[in-house]
Amino acid sequence: MPFAALVASATIPDTLTFALAAVITVVGALGVVFSAHPVHSALMLVMTLFGIAVLFVEEDAQFLAAVQVIVYAGAIVVLFLFVIMLLGVDRQEVVFADQVRGQRVVAAFLGLCVLVEVLLLGTGHWTTGAHSVQGKLEGAGSNVSVLGKALFTTYLLPFEVTSALLVVAIVAAVVLARRADGTGGGLPELGTAPERDAAPKLGAGEDEERGAAEQRGTGEERRAEDEAVTPR
Amino acid sequence: MSVAASWYLTLAAVLFTIGAVGLLVRRNVLVMFMCIELMLNAANLTFVTFARELNDLGGQVAVFFVLVVAAAEVVVGLGIIVSIFRRRPGATADDANMLKG
Repeated sequence: MPFAALVASATIPDTLTFALAAVITVVGALGVVFSAHPVHSALMLVMTLFGIAVLFVEEDAQFLAAVQVIVYAGAIVVLFLFVIMLLGVDRQEVVFADQVRGQRVVAAFLGLCVLVEVLLLGTGHWTTGAHSVQGKLEGAGSNVSVLGKALFTTYLLPFEVTSALLVVAIVAAVVLARRADGTGGGLPELGTAPERDAAPKLGAGEDEERGAAEQRGTGEERRAEDEAVTPR
Repeated sequence: MSVAASWYLTLAAVLFTIGAVGLLVRRNVLVMFMCIELMLNAANLTFVTFARELNDLGGQVAVFFVLVVAAAEVVVGLGIIVSIFRRRPGATADDANMLKG
């Protein structure tokens, strides 16, 4: 389709919004790939996500735009930044360290292949073209109410399954973040204190209890307690 | 009337390609993870575009579920990364080669 015909169907503000958001998105994506610093990559990812949120609004998906900002920019990227800070991965790296010979060339070639292939697929008619198979998106109320009704009626079972998925993810994260001996979280770099002191950090009340017990206890009791602890 | 759908699809293709190349080129595990997020977002953009184009609810619902799965995936993936980094500080994707044949 010629360029003029594509632009002619859109109003000028729409076109400008799309162009600006597209530039923001692509620049952010390139920044993610080419930043030497992981923190810069994460911030560039925020930029891309905001650009996509703008595109969602432009395409009348207001609910998804809000969710995009809240979940992606608000939770996922913060999680990324948290892990980067926690692990101390704050040193720069050579962006294109060629570990495998000719990896960059192959990667660029494969990327070009992907782009060409996807664009070729886009020119064909791969959709059936059937309108509103799952229900009308427009005209039946606001975007949020339409999506909400669909989620809690047609898609109720998948919606409930996602809750199970989230619970599994939480359990998996707790299991992965624990130490192998099961004494709780904490990274080796951070745990400069002896492990015995680091373990009860989860319950603040335990420390108070132990302090009170030591105050009460005689010397013998304390010695007995130490002996009981040392074999560990 | 908004911009024609093919522009959005082209943008999504470009975004997907950038993410794929980044995944192949970078060796930092965290950055590779971010590139996966880029590809997921490109797919989301395609979903929303077709939802608007066909006036169909399914596309936007699919994006909703993709967002949930992406959140779960990031939680588990970052947990794995943290546990890898605990064993060997400063690990890149090339250093995790214990299963190498």
